[in-house]
Amino acid sequence: MSSIPPFLIFFLGALLVPFLRGVPKVRMAFLVLVPVLGALNVWGIQEGYEVQYRLLGLTLTPVRADSLSLLFGYLFHLGAFISIIYSLHLGRRENATVQHTAALVYAGSALGAVFAGDFITLFVFWELLAVSSVFLIWARGTRLATRSGMRYLLVHVVSGVTLLAGAMVHWSGTGSLAFGPMGLGSLAGWLVFIAIGIKAAFPLLHSWLIDAYPESTPTGTVFLSAFTTKVAVYALARGYADVDILIYVGAVMACFPIFYAVIENDLRRTLGYSMINQIGFMVCGIGVGTELALQGAVAHAFNDVLFKGLLFMSMGAVMHMTGKTKASELGGLYKTMPITATLCIIGALSISAVPFFNAFVSKSMIMSALLYEHHYWIWPVMLFASAGVVEHAGIKIPYFAFFAHDSGIRTREPPVNMLVAMGIGALCCLAIGIWPNLLYDLLPGGEVDYSAYDYTHILTQLQLLCFAIAAVAAFHLWKIYPAEIPSVNLDADWVYRRAAVRVTRFVGRTVGAADAAVRGVVLGGVGRAMRGAFRSHGPRGVLARSWPAGSMVLWVSILLTAFLFFQFL
Amino acid sequence: MSAHLPILQVVVPLLAAPFCLFLKRGRVAWGLAVLASWAALAIALALLDQVMREGVLSYAIGDWAPPIGIEYRVDVVNAWVLVIVSGIGAIVSPYAMASIEREVEAGRIPLFYAAYLLCLSGLLGITITGDMFNVFVFLEISSLSAYALIALGQARRALTSAFRYLIMGSVGATFIVIGIGLLYVMTGTLNMADLAQLLPEVWDSRTVKVAYGFLTVGFCLKLALFPLHLWLPNAYTYAPSAVTAFMASTATKVAVYMLLRFFLTIFGAPFSFDVMALDRVLLPLALVAIASMSLVAIFQVNVKRLLAYSSVAQIGYMILGLSFATVTGLTATLLHLFNHALMKGALFMAMGCVMYRIGSVHINAMAGLGRRMPWTMAAFVVGGLSLVGVPLTVGFVSKWYLILGALERGWWPVAILVLLTSLLALVYIWRVVEAAYFRDFPGDEQTREAPWTLLGPTWALVALNLYFGIDAGRTVQIARQAAETLMAGISP
Repeated sequence: MSSIPPFLIFFLGALLVPFLRGVPKVRMAFLVLVPVLGALNVWGIQEGYEVQYRLLGLTLTPVRADSLSLLFGYLFHLGAFISIIYSLHLGRRENATVQHTAALVYAGSALGAVFAGDFITLFVFWELLAVSSVFLIWARGTRLATRSGMRYLLVHVVSGVTLLAGAMVHWSGTGSLAFGPMGLGSLAGWLVFIAIGIKAAFPLLHSWLIDAYPESTPTGTVFLSAFTTKVAVYALARGYADVDILIYVGAVMACFPIFYAVIENDLRRTLGYSMINQIGFMVCGIGVGTELALQGAVAHAFNDVLFKGLLFMSMGAVMHMTGKTKASELGGLYKTMPITATLCIIGALSISAVPFFNAFVSKSMIMSALLYEHHYWIWPVMLFASAGVVEHAGIKIPYFAFFAHDSGIRTREPPVNMLVAMGIGALCCLAIGIWPNLLYDLLPGGEVDYSAYDYTHILTQLQLLCFAIAAVAAFHLWKIYPAEIPSVNLDADWVYRRAAVRVTRFVGRTVGAADAAVRGVVLGGVGRAMRGAFRSHGPRGVLARSWPAGSMVLWVSILLTAFLFFQFL
Repeated sequence: MSAHLPILQVVVPLLAAPFCLFLKRGRVAWGLAVLASWAALAIALALLDQVMREGVLSYAIGDWAPPIGIEYRVDVVNAWVLVIVSGIGAIVSPYAMASIEREVEAGRIPLFYAAYLLCLSGLLGITITGDMFNVFVFLEISSLSAYALIALGQARRALTSAFRYLIMGSVGATFIVIGIGLLYVMTGTLNMADLAQLLPEVWDSRTVKVAYGFLTVGFCLKLALFPLHLWLPNAYTYAPSAVTAFMASTATKVAVYMLLRFFLTIFGAPFSFDVMALDRVLLPLALVAIASMSLVAIFQVNVKRLLAYSSVAQIGYMILGLSFATVTGLTATLLHLFNHALMKGALFMAMGCVMYRIGSVHINAMAGLGRRMPWTMAAFVVGGLSLVGVPLTVGFVSKWYLILGALERGWWPVAILVLLTSLLALVYIWRVVEAAYFRDFPGDEQTREAPWTLLGPTWALVALNLYFGIDAGRTVQIARQAAETLMAGISP
C-alpha cells in the first residue's frame, strides 16, 4: 500500500469536523478514526520514504521519513489518540467544533514538522503549530486566556520568523534547504537554535509555557503538552546533537523550575514547570550526543508525552468536575474520585521514575550516558533535579489534589471518555516500564545496547526516591513541632510552602532586583519608542495628517530641487 | 483580427465609454462595462501569449511607419502589466454593480461606468503605447476620469480629496510633459525605441539630465512614493469602494510601469544607474516609505485609510526592488506589481462588502463582524496574510524575491528590515482581526453576510492570492523574463 504524507489525514479530518456539528455520535467516531487511520498510514511508511516538490525553483521535501521522524510520528499518533479520546465529551458549551478542528490541525502540523525534510516546510508547520494551538487556549473563553493566548502567539511567531531568517541565511550560505545537523558554527546555526530554543522553553525563553498552558481548556492543555515542545526536542535532536552547550542548558532547565514548582499553588501551572524540568533531561541528553544519550533523550520525550499527558489529564479531570486547580482549594478528592486518583498516582510514579514505570527506563539511559561521558559535575545536578521531580510532581500533585486536608468538595468521577483516555495513558506507562523493549525497538540508531534493570540502576533510583521522600517527610516533621500550629493536616501545605519560600525569596530578592532593573530600562525604552512613534505616526502625527495641496507641492519642488542640485554638483 | 489586437486593447473600452452615457439605465451600462472589461482581459491574455511565443509586437497606427507615426509596442513587460490592469478591471467590474448602487446616486451610475471605462482605457493606453506623447495623452485620460470617479464618493470629503488629487496629478503630469518636451528638443523624436537609439549621443547634456529630474519627480508623484504620497490616503479613503479597489490595484502599478519603461528602456539601465544614480536616490525613499508608512497604518482607525497607507508602504517595496538595480530586484518589483494588485484588490473589496452592509469601515464599527459576515472577514484575513507575506500566499513570493535581491547585493540590513516591516503589517492587519473576531457585536441584529455578487469577485481574488502563492512558477517566469528585457534595454 502506498502511503500518503502523514499530516494530510489530520488536515482532511479537520476540514470535515465542522460539518459534523449536528451529529455528535458520528463526530465522536470520526474523531477517533482520524488518528487510527493516520497510525495505519504511518505504520506503512518505510524508512527512506520521501516526497519532493518543486516550488520557485527550490526543491522541497515535504515528507522525509527516517527512524527519528518515524518514532515521533508514532508518538504523535499515540498522543493524538489519547488526547482525542480525552476530549470526546466536549459539547457546544466548550466550543467543541473550534477545539476539535484546532486540535486536529495542531496534531497534523506537529506531524508535518517532524516529517519535514527542508526548512521551508518546517517553517510552515512551525507557524501552523502556533496558529492552531492558540485556539485551544482561546477556547477557554476567559479574558485571561485571550490575553495569554495572544502573548503565546506572539512568542511563537517570533520563533517562526527567527527560524525563517536562519533558514535563509543557511540557504544563501550553503545553497541547501535541507534540515539536517546544523551545529553552532554559523549565524544560521544560532538563529535556528534560538528559534527552537523558544519552542523548547529554554531558560529565559520559557515564560510562554508557564503563562499559556494553565490558561487553556482542560482538554486543550493535554494536546498542548503533547506536541509543541516535543517538536522542538525533535528539531534539537535532528540539528544539534552533541552540541555541548545543550548539556548545561538542559541542566539549568531541569533545576530552576523545581523551585517555582514547589511554591506554585495552581497545580496545572506546577505541571507546566515540571514540563520544563523534563525537557531539561531531554535537552541534556541531546547535548551529550552519544548514541545512548540520544536514544535516551528521544525515549524520554516519548515517555513524557505519556506520563505528563496522564498528569495533565488527571488535573484536567479534577478541573472539569470541580472547576478548581489550586492546591489550596482542593484536597480529599480521593473519596469521590478514586479511579482518577489511582490513575494520577500512576502518572506520578511514572514521572518520578520509579522502577517498572516508564520514565525509569528512559531517564536511566540519560543518566548513564552522562557518567559514561565523564560529566561528573552535571550528573549530581541531574540527580538533584530527579529528586526535585519526585517532590513537586510525584508527591505534590496527587497529594494536594486528592489527599491533604479535606476541602469538603464532593464530586463524581469524570466522564467515561476521560477515564478511558487516562487508562490508556496509564497502561502505556506501565507497559513500557515493564517491557522497555517495546520502546527500545523503535528507537533510532540501531539496537539499544542497554538494560535499565540492573542492580545499580534500580538501587540508585530507589535510594534517590527514598531520600527524596524522606526529605519531604522531614519538612513535615520539622513543622509539626512548633506549637502555634493547631492542625498538622490542615497546615501542611501552608507550612511547607513557607519553607521553600524562604529559599526562593532569597534567590528572588537578588535575581528579582536585577531583573526589575533591566526590565524597567527595556520597558521604559519600548514605551518611549512607542510614544515617539505615536507622536509622529499617530492619527494626528506629522506623517499621517491630511496636508493642504500647497505643502504637497512644496515637497514636489523640494525633491526636484534636490535632485537637480545633486546632478549638477 | 489578431494582428489588430494592440489597438483593440485600447479601443474596445474607449468606445464602450460613450455608449454608457447614452444608456440611461445603470444596469445596462454596467453590463456593457463588464463586457468591455472582460474583452480587454481576453485581448491582454492573447497579447501576453503572443509575446511570450513570438517576441516583441509592433503595431503602426494608421499604417504610418513608426518613428513618424504612433507605434504600439508590446513586449513581455507591458503585456504583463496589461494583464494585471485588465484582470483587475474584469474582477472589479462585476463587483461594482451592487457596491456602486449602494454608494452612488442612481442618476450618476451610467456616468460612473463611462468614467470607469475611460480610466481603464487610459491605463491600458499608457501601458501599451510606444510613443512618449501618447503616454501623456492617456495619462491625462486616466487621471481626469480618476478624479471624477473619486469625487463620486459618498462623503463630502471625497470632493476635496479629488480636488487635491487633481492638483497633484496635474503637477505630476506637467512635470512629465516638461520632461518629454525636453527630450523631444534634444532628439527630435517621440518614439520610444527611436529615442533609446538617439539618447546615448546626448547623455552629457544638461537638458537630458533636467528632463530626467522632471520625469523622476513626475513619476514618483503619480506612483505615490514617499514623500509625494500625500494625495493618496484621502483619495483612497473617500472614493467609492469599487473605485478604491480598482485604483489601488492598477493606477499606481501603471505609474511604476511608466517609471520602469522610461528609465530602463528609453534612458537605459546604464544611464539610470551609473550616470544618474537612480538607485541611490530611490533606496532611502523606499526604505522610509516602507517603515514609516507601515507605522502610520498601525495607528489608523479607518480601515480603508489604513490600507491606503499600507499601499504607500507596499509601493516602497516595489521601488526597493528597482533600487537593487539587478535582475532579481526587478523581478521582485514586477512580481509585486501583480501580487500587490491581487492582495490589495481583495482587501479593499472585502472592505467594500463591509461598507455595503454596515455603512462604515471604522475599526470600531467592525467589532464582532467575524460572526456576522464570516466570508467577508475570512477574505480579509487571507488577503491580510498575503500582505504580511505568509507562505502559500502571493505575498510570500514577493517578499522572497525581494529578500533574495537584497542578499544578492549583500544588503543584510535591508533584508532584515523587509522581514521586520512584515511584522508591522501583521500588527495593522491584526488590529482589524482583533476587532472583528474578539469583540462582541454591538450593532444591528439584522446585519447579514454581503450578497454573493460582492463576495464572488472578492473570493475570486482571494483564490488567485492562494493559487499564485502555491503555484508561482508561471508568474515568476514571466516576471523574470520581463526583468531581463528591461535590464537589457531595447534591441535595435
